[in-house]
Amino acid sequence: MKIPVLRIYTIGYLLFLYCPILILPIFAFNDSTAVAFPLQGFTTEWFQNVFHDAVLGKALKNSLLVAASTAVISTFLGTLAARANTRYQFKAAGPLMGLIMLPMVLPEIIMAMALLVVLLSIGIPLSLFTIILGHVLVCTPFAVAILTSAFQSLDKSLEEAAYDLGEGPFSTFRLIILPLVMPGIISAMLICFTISLDEFIISNFLGSGEPLLSTFIYGQLRFPKNVPNIMALGTILVGVSITLLALAEFFRRRGLARTGAKDSGGFL
Amino acid sequence: MTSAKPTMIEFKDVHKYYGDYHALRGITATIQAGEFFSLLGPSGCGKTTLLRTIAGFEGISSGVVLIDGKDVAAVPPNQRPTNMVFQSYAIFPHLTVAQNVGFGLRKDPRSAADKARAVDEALAMVGLSGYGARAAHALSGGQRQRVALARALILKPKVLLLDEPLSALDKKLRENMQVELIKLQRQVGITFILVTHDQEEALVMSDRIAVMFEGQIAQLDSPERLYRLPKTRAVANFIGTMNFLSAQILSEAGGKVEVEAQGFGRLQLDADKQVTGTPTTTGATIGFRPETATLLFDGQQATDRETMATVEEVVYYGDMTYYDVLLDGTSAPVRLSMRNVFGRPVLDIGTRARVGWSPGALVLFR
Repeated sequence: MKIPVLRIYTIGYLLFLYCPILILPIFAFNDSTAVAFPLQGFTTEWFQNVFHDAVLGKALKNSLLVAASTAVISTFLGTLAARANTRYQFKAAGPLMGLIMLPMVLPEIIMAMALLVVLLSIGIPLSLFTIILGHVLVCTPFAVAILTSAFQSLDKSLEEAAYDLGEGPFSTFRLIILPLVMPGIISAMLICFTISLDEFIISNFLGSGEPLLSTFIYGQLRFPKNVPNIMALGTILVGVSITLLALAEFFRRRGLARTGAKDSGGFL
Repeated sequence: MTSAKPTMIEFKDVHKYYGDYHALRGITATIQAGEFFSLLGPSGCGKTTLLRTIAGFEGISSGVVLIDGKDVAAVPPNQRPTNMVFQSYAIFPHLTVAQNVGFGLRKDPRSAADKARAVDEALAMVGLSGYGARAAHALSGGQRQRVALARALILKPKVLLLDEPLSALDKKLRENMQVELIKLQRQVGITFILVTHDQEEALVMSDRIAVMFEGQIAQLDSPERLYRLPKTRAVANFIGTMNFLSAQILSEAGGKVEVEAQGFGRLQLDADKQVTGTPTTTGATIGFRPETATLLFDGQQATDRETMATVEEVVYYGDMTYYDVLLDGTSAPVRLSMRNVFGRPVLDIGTRARVGWSPGALVLFR
């Protein structure tokens, strides 16, 4: 009999990748503080704890603030870079874009340390603001990548047509370009928001002790009795992340459909 | 088509460089008001670049472009009295048909109701009445083309620029649109400038055609003259098909040129009507169109001259048959196109045949 090696490999690979995440919701509803089989029964106690934890509430508020700010700033910067990259030809465009995209692959811990040293030496006190700075650095490359594809799928003659019909560069951008890349902009914001929300290393290094979701979770793991609460919180976060990324992909595809371009692959 | 019409566009020694690449090499030409003018040439010949210098999308490196007597060097595209139909049509996909057509009226001081009426009229002109509320991205290729036309014409430009507007359509639709465009141009009476690589399209539609090669205008003439008396062999080959036979000029006197042509023998040609091109060192060439010579079937007499030939290739097209024949005394076959007549056989390869021809239909390239 022929052994379906590739099929077994694929199934094994996917199980390894997603089983740990599937464990989360299972234990989030398990009526026991010990994360172990066999399951002890169904409870929503952990979720109730999550919703009533004051520190967690504060962490959630901070995280939302940081993620929203990061999303807006990164997407704005990403729009400028993507527009420059796709519309104009200039010297050193290649190396420049390479440098902008580099944080995507640089070790985050090195960046976090370097940033910490610089911030401290020039005397900027650590706060949510410094965390936002770090997150923008990490998120902007993602925004650039998404928006470059959005701008590239835009037919240049659309812009010229608006020009030809009497509009100036600013009204052309407002009336034609912006509406057509808007799905890309929304998609970039959602992805930056998601990345910022669960970013840990920079949040940990550049924070002033104000709790964020990621640092809060890390802190709670030291207390075994809190682990089920973390499972519940993690379940919520996974749900939110998947929802946001699915939304982002929906907008990206709608943008492509609108401009009539072919799908050349996105993040999902 | 007399020269009484005023000039609409004038190019004076226009050059354009992209870095080291010399895209336009000294274009000098005038385009008359109300004319259907075509820029014809193979891809990369600079025809689209030249069109875009009129629209203002390309600056020029040297020379002058005048629109309606005014130097437009400093006038941006959005202030030029020209409008363009783009090759991709550039229909704004997020707007409706009516919003697309009315796009250029945004700064028009007229009331909304007047503008809506103008949009309806423009849509009616291109045969799209009632399509106003449709989403632009749901239109077919032919419909997009019409929307692009309406959108450009609603601004009543002095010049309408058309960048290969029919190349994306299938053959039937393209032929219909050619006729419609000619009618539309007569109706609105403004100058149309068409860029195309399709010689048939240019011949069908234009009052005058500029044939371009490598950034230069090789010949600017009426379609008939371009076809009858092309200035160079390159132009002759680009517009239709032409057969060439080498020839030697024996003498020139009194408006007559005497030549010895391969396969045709000694001939006298009219220096004004039949001689073209600039003298070259490589020798002269006799050219003739495939339909100007004819195979003579049994019982047919030549109206003028007659030469023996051998059929080398037969291509049957239904209404036409193309014969490649080797004229006695020549080394390469020439093509003859024959209209098929009921009851007349198609000749076989290898048949000996008589070819009837007339010295008056020949062209001498110096």
